[in-house]
Amino acid sequence: MRKLVLEKLLRRPLTEPAPQPDAAMLAELAASLDRAARARLGRSLSIREVDAGSCNGCELEIHALGNAFYDLERLGLRFVASPRHADVLMVTGPVTRNMREALTRTYNATPDPKWVVAIGDCAVDGGLFAASYAVVGGVGAVVPVDLHIRGCPPPPAEILKGLIALMTAAR
Amino acid sequence: MAPLDLIPVRERAEAHRPWARALVDNEGWGAAIDRLESGDLTLVGLWGDAGAVHLAVLDAAEEIAVLTYHCVHGSYPSVGARHPPALRLERAIHDLFGLKAAGAPDTRPWLDLGFWDVAHPLGHAIPAPPHAPYAFLPAEGEALHQIPVGPVHAGIIEPGHFRFSANGETVVRLEQRLGYVHKGIEALMHGATLVQGAKLAGRTSGDSTVAYAYAFARAAEAALQVDIPPRAIYLRAVMAELERIANHLGDFGAICNDASFSLMHAQCFILRELTLRASQACFGHRLMMDCIVPGGVATDLAPDGPKHLRALLGEIRRRFPELVEVYDNTASLQDRTVSTGILKPELARQFGAGGYVGRASGRGVDARRNPGYPPYDSLQLDVPVLSEGDVNARVWIRIREIEQSLGLIDQILADLPGGPIKVEVAGAGAVREGAALVEAFRGDIFLWLRAGADGKIARCHLRDPSWFQWPLLEAAIEGNIVADFPLCNKSFNCSYSGHDL
Repeated sequence: MRKLVLEKLLRRPLTEPAPQPDAAMLAELAASLDRAARARLGRSLSIREVDAGSCNGCELEIHALGNAFYDLERLGLRFVASPRHADVLMVTGPVTRNMREALTRTYNATPDPKWVVAIGDCAVDGGLFAASYAVVGGVGAVVPVDLHIRGCPPPPAEILKGLIALMTAAR
Repeated sequence: MAPLDLIPVRERAEAHRPWARALVDNEGWGAAIDRLESGDLTLVGLWGDAGAVHLAVLDAAEEIAVLTYHCVHGSYPSVGARHPPALRLERAIHDLFGLKAAGAPDTRPWLDLGFWDVAHPLGHAIPAPPHAPYAFLPAEGEALHQIPVGPVHAGIIEPGHFRFSANGETVVRLEQRLGYVHKGIEALMHGATLVQGAKLAGRTSGDSTVAYAYAFARAAEAALQVDIPPRAIYLRAVMAELERIANHLGDFGAICNDASFSLMHAQCFILRELTLRASQACFGHRLMMDCIVPGGVATDLAPDGPKHLRALLGEIRRRFPELVEVYDNTASLQDRTVSTGILKPELARQFGAGGYVGRASGRGVDARRNPGYPPYDSLQLDVPVLSEGDVNARVWIRIREIEQSLGLIDQILADLPGGPIKVEVAGAGAVREGAALVEAFRGDIFLWLRAGADGKIARCHLRDPSWFQWPLLEAAIEGNIVADFPLCNKSFNCSYSGHDL
């Protein structure tokens, strides 16, 4: 026991440093996402974003995916104006009671096959707002979720990584 | 002369800081409404409490006062009946507390859209009764048609409903319906520690997370009479100005984008991203969430922070003027923004509109100056004001404010005090109340807090600047074409989450 504790104290932690959004990693992420998207969807992945109760923090970082540094559209991924054009619903927020019906109707308006990506800590289980009379809970409490991307809010590079994971898993 | 000198009050509340709070009866309440109606006072906030309502007002000398009216029979004389800026606040008070505004012309629900299990969750909560269909205000005429938009919009934006009545292309009436992202923040605040409260405040409106945490911390420190270290005072301002720059850059680009000028959008979003990355490098979070806490700041400026900030300021100063020149010299863009969505100065004054909405329509009020708070009282800051009130004026106010914010960060970096960044904040052993007015990028946030003897939150009210801007968007769009709505809306950029709470 003591030996184990001593070893743990002397060894460096196994935990890897959190990734920084540096250029090399971004390029790698982008290439990986590009391959996965082409293989699975042939450059046709359309995303409809739904704010189901977020504080707008996640929206700011989702917006940033479109800037020149992340440039989501070069990968064939794009945000569309209607759920009827979408393959993926990207949902943020604790789902408020006032948005539950709108989220359900948006989900039902999205054609199959479809995936739901829940963005942010609140979208997992309601986060800080879980105990409120006005909140249903996480996105999974209302529509089936394929992937959670955690963070408050998750930085754009994390969202990119999540989309890669989605497309490699969705084969 | 302070506002309370002109209003008959019954007694003044103990331990309410930094401004006075007084209990009033019908006479005092009526006198305050008279002065709001005449324009001598500006409405700062109107919110519910257990069996009472509070009214915060600002006078011409930039003094704030809070008036409290006890609702003996569950009602109070309506402020909105004579001063329309209070109407939505009264509807929200009824939804949350069940307190009625007697004589109010509009008693429709506002935040309660009929989906909660309880009615009046912050007052005497009862099981929710079946809800009646919502009646939009009529717009009648042979050629009129309605366009319902939202709550789920076409872009990556927050949810809300807009009901347009249009005659061909021309908007005759816009009516907003909000409340979709109501999360019950004020109920969650009840009984929370100051640490939890600061986190909730910082998630009231994500784009203003710094400003909300700033307002919450200042209200808590006022209530509990805490002086924070000088270094924390200045670091808070660095964060607030970085947040302002990032948001104004985003808005500048997005407004141009809504006029189909995407080049500006792309360029502005590069500068915005650089600002977020500098924030990450300096304070460890791109939006600087949870960096301001009661007692000071949670994260000190990174050792190489000044280097990152100077590089950022240099980059913006190199690239931003070119963008401003493109904006100013592109006729197709000017054609969309000049004389579009005009907000009359009279309405901006009546509603006490803050931020670029007020300052583009002649209301030169900025909470950093009026009533002001440190460190801004020791920094050079010019408040830009225009009177045209169109989309173009709201763009120009943002441009000028970016320049001011760059200058503020310069001044702070040149003389940043050392020392500790935080002091402990604990309960005072008795009930204490505090308030703060902090300038977020879109205007003044008013925050009111009652701390119990144990230091936990007994009541916290957060009033977003959007409460006094959303109704003005309805006025500004009238007579414009439907296709100019996104442009007008973005030039206001009101918060949904901050408003819905």
